[in-house]
Amino acid sequence: MIDKFSLWTVILALGFGSFLLRFVFIGLVGNRSLPVWLLRHLRYTAVAVLPALIAPLVLWPPATGGQIDPPRLMAALAATVVAWKTRSVIGSVLAGGGALYLGFWLMG
Amino acid sequence: MQSTKSPYRQGIAAGLPFIIILAPFGVLFGVVATEAGLDIVEALVMSTLALAGAAQFTALQLLTEHVPTVIVVAAALTVNLRLAMYSAALTPHLGSASLPVRLAVAYCVVDQTYACSVSAFEENPHWTLRQRLAFYFGAATPIMPNWIVFTGVGALVGEAIPPELALDFAVPITFIALVVPMMRTGAHRAAALTGIVASLLLTWLPYSLGIIVSGMIGMAVGAEIERRIELS
Repeated sequence: MIDKFSLWTVILALGFGSFLLRFVFIGLVGNRSLPVWLLRHLRYTAVAVLPALIAPLVLWPPATGGQIDPPRLMAALAATVVAWKTRSVIGSVLAGGGALYLGFWLMG
Repeated sequence: MQSTKSPYRQGIAAGLPFIIILAPFGVLFGVVATEAGLDIVEALVMSTLALAGAAQFTALQLLTEHVPTVIVVAAALTVNLRLAMYSAALTPHLGSASLPVRLAVAYCVVDQTYACSVSAFEENPHWTLRQRLAFYFGAATPIMPNWIVFTGVGALVGEAIPPELALDFAVPITFIALVVPMMRTGAHRAAALTGIVASLLLTWLPYSLGIIVSGMIGMAVGAEIERRIELS
């Protein structure tokens, strides 16, 4: 269970912090130009951080106590392959979900 | 895109298709939030203030793992760093608006409004500031409220979903679905691969700090490869 104090701290800090990130250039920098190296790094945040976040969750899922779980691995693989081939977000989620439940069913 | 439609209507038309992705993602957030023990008000306030799917899922995931609050916020904001890039990209087009308008523009900066606005602005260089703002808020009109509405829908149905459905894994699957199509260049793929390897090697770091550190390393690798490709 998440305790309410941490939850509300996170909700407010995330809300405020996200707004600040959105506002920082358009609000404060105005029409001045930005250093190229900074923009270059910012371009790669999502593609670096999100895989870093999910890799351990895929290999060692907290729901199985950190044990490698074949259905979850299958699901991640299916979602990756479909997203790679089709670029369809919904198709990928459906493939991942389908593979997960297929895996559970096969393993009994 | 030559069109007689007003820029506001063009914006709405550009934003509408994103509902197909945003609705299930919002519902999923509502469901996962209820599973994690949030009530509908908490889920709605989070969606209204943060308006950032991936960061919200990140925060939720780390909160359920009882990671210290500071780290939860830092990791979720790292995921959101790209919003600063969008803000920077929109600045040349919308930066001369008044401060109250810029506050509203900032609130509406998300992946989808950024993506369709920047391409529309490039296709219509003759647009005045007023027309550009109309398009931008047009695109935001179907996107922003629906994120919040569908979070609420998810929170309402969430309590009816049994734990056997293994919804813990909805987050990794959704992230894979969102991230893989972003891998447009070798630099993107290298950033992602570095992030993965570093994160698996750094799980021993306390407080899930490995995620932030690996994300930073991945960013640096992506940026460096892009720089070298440009030089060559």
